[in-house]
Amino acid sequence: MSLRGAAYIVGAWEHPTRKAPDKSIAMLHAECAKGALADAGLTKDDVDGYFCAGDAPGALGPLSMVDYMNLKCRHVDSTDVGGSSYQVAVGHAMEAIAAGRCNVALITLSGRPRSEGQATGTAPRPGNPAAPEMQFEFPYGPATANLYGMCAMRHMHEYGTTSEQLAWIKVAASHHAQYNPNAMLRDVVTVEDVVNSPMVSSPLHRLDCCVISDGGGALVLTKPEIAKSLNRPKVKVIGVGESPKHQMGGEVDLTYTAARWSGPPAWEMAGIKPSDIKYASIYDSFTITVLMQLEDLGFCKKGEGGKFVADGNLISGVGKLPFNTDGGGLCSNHPANRGGITKIIEAVRQLRGEAHPAVQVPNCDLAIAHGTGGALGTRHCGSTVILERE
Amino acid sequence: MAYVARKIPFVGTVDTNPETKPFFEGAAAGKLMIRRCTSCKKAHWYPRALCPFCFGDCDWEQASGKAKIYTFSVMERANPPYAIGYVTLAEGPSVLTNFVDCDFKALKIGQDVKVAFIQTEGEGPSLPFFTPA
Repeated sequence: MSLRGAAYIVGAWEHPTRKAPDKSIAMLHAECAKGALADAGLTKDDVDGYFCAGDAPGALGPLSMVDYMNLKCRHVDSTDVGGSSYQVAVGHAMEAIAAGRCNVALITLSGRPRSEGQATGTAPRPGNPAAPEMQFEFPYGPATANLYGMCAMRHMHEYGTTSEQLAWIKVAASHHAQYNPNAMLRDVVTVEDVVNSPMVSSPLHRLDCCVISDGGGALVLTKPEIAKSLNRPKVKVIGVGESPKHQMGGEVDLTYTAARWSGPPAWEMAGIKPSDIKYASIYDSFTITVLMQLEDLGFCKKGEGGKFVADGNLISGVGKLPFNTDGGGLCSNHPANRGGITKIIEAVRQLRGEAHPAVQVPNCDLAIAHGTGGALGTRHCGSTVILERE
Repeated sequence: MAYVARKIPFVGTVDTNPETKPFFEGAAAGKLMIRRCTSCKKAHWYPRALCPFCFGDCDWEQASGKAKIYTFSVMERANPPYAIGYVTLAEGPSVLTNFVDCDFKALKIGQDVKVAFIQTEGEGPSLPFFTPA
């Protein structure tokens, strides 16, 4: 049985903060939960399923947060695949709702790496040495930026992709961010600004990298019967897919992402194709992340991502595929170093017609929100959500 | 730009994972030890007890230390900068590493490199690095 349409996103709320030194992480989660439930017209007592990932404070998955928020749940899930966890949670929530395991699913994300002074992309973070790869990787300094830099370097080698083409992705994001009062970076930038910004890890410049921000977001999903009873535009989940990709025993291929595998089941469930999509939220930890995911989701042929993103093709009102109209991770925010949930939230705004008028896509009835978590250069998860306005 | 070596960190000890202790013993003796499956005959990386291709049993073998650069990225924000990359070993698998004793500006995908061993800081184990052949 297809799960197409088994759940609706009825609540979506993004925390306006980008720097929250006076708030705890648990508090940010709860504020996001409150915001998304109010958006849906539901209350805390309606929630019977809770979904979170590794950003939720506490050692045992969802337990600290269901205690803190005093939720009475029949179903919990804390699958942690980094920034892609929230697209995965949408899929898992839809499955749980379809199976009758819960009626109202709450997903939260929050964190404050900016207040905590984390050098997210440039300082390698040691992990548990019992992780089987750790002693074979950490000594070599795998910071996030160089793991994505290696992908960009190989993509340039194989397909002739250029820094100028990558820069267009940031340029498009900046055109959108100028209209988002909460965005960290609101100045419109040019291709020259990007390629002339300092090199972080070759070939990625500073403006090829996303921001480091505090903040968070939350989503509320429910079954069709409840969604129809609420006084909100109906945003139906029509396709989901998830898949991890890794080093494959040493058969490393950095020219593609897990979107090559998470996309097809989502497209098949939705019964649509990339050219039907009116708006795309695409995970943008770095410019190269966007380019490779667009190829792997089928928006253009493999290797032609550079041409596809150039000349403003991702700018709303200008190009063929408006993307990340909130400014995305490249300009607006990347709460908890995880950009998955804000991708879904902006897609919901677009489908409801509630995006900023300057970037709102006319007649936006089909949208995609794709997440990547982990690192493209070693191991990551891709997760795809396709949404329809009913 | 003159090459400046960085201190190499390590986490845990060579005893953390008994499965890979022979790798570190080999590295201490200047040998790059990899695992090859006794069933499907394929070599893999990083070393595991069971073959990641077929779950067959594996034996240790000394790799030639010859490799080609698959990709790289120079972390210019670090002090000193360092070059991370994957090399594809002559034996097949691709291995995450750093490029040492070289001009980072001259690194090229496809370039021939050879293994060199460096001890990690704090009396830690030696590990394989790569340098132009």
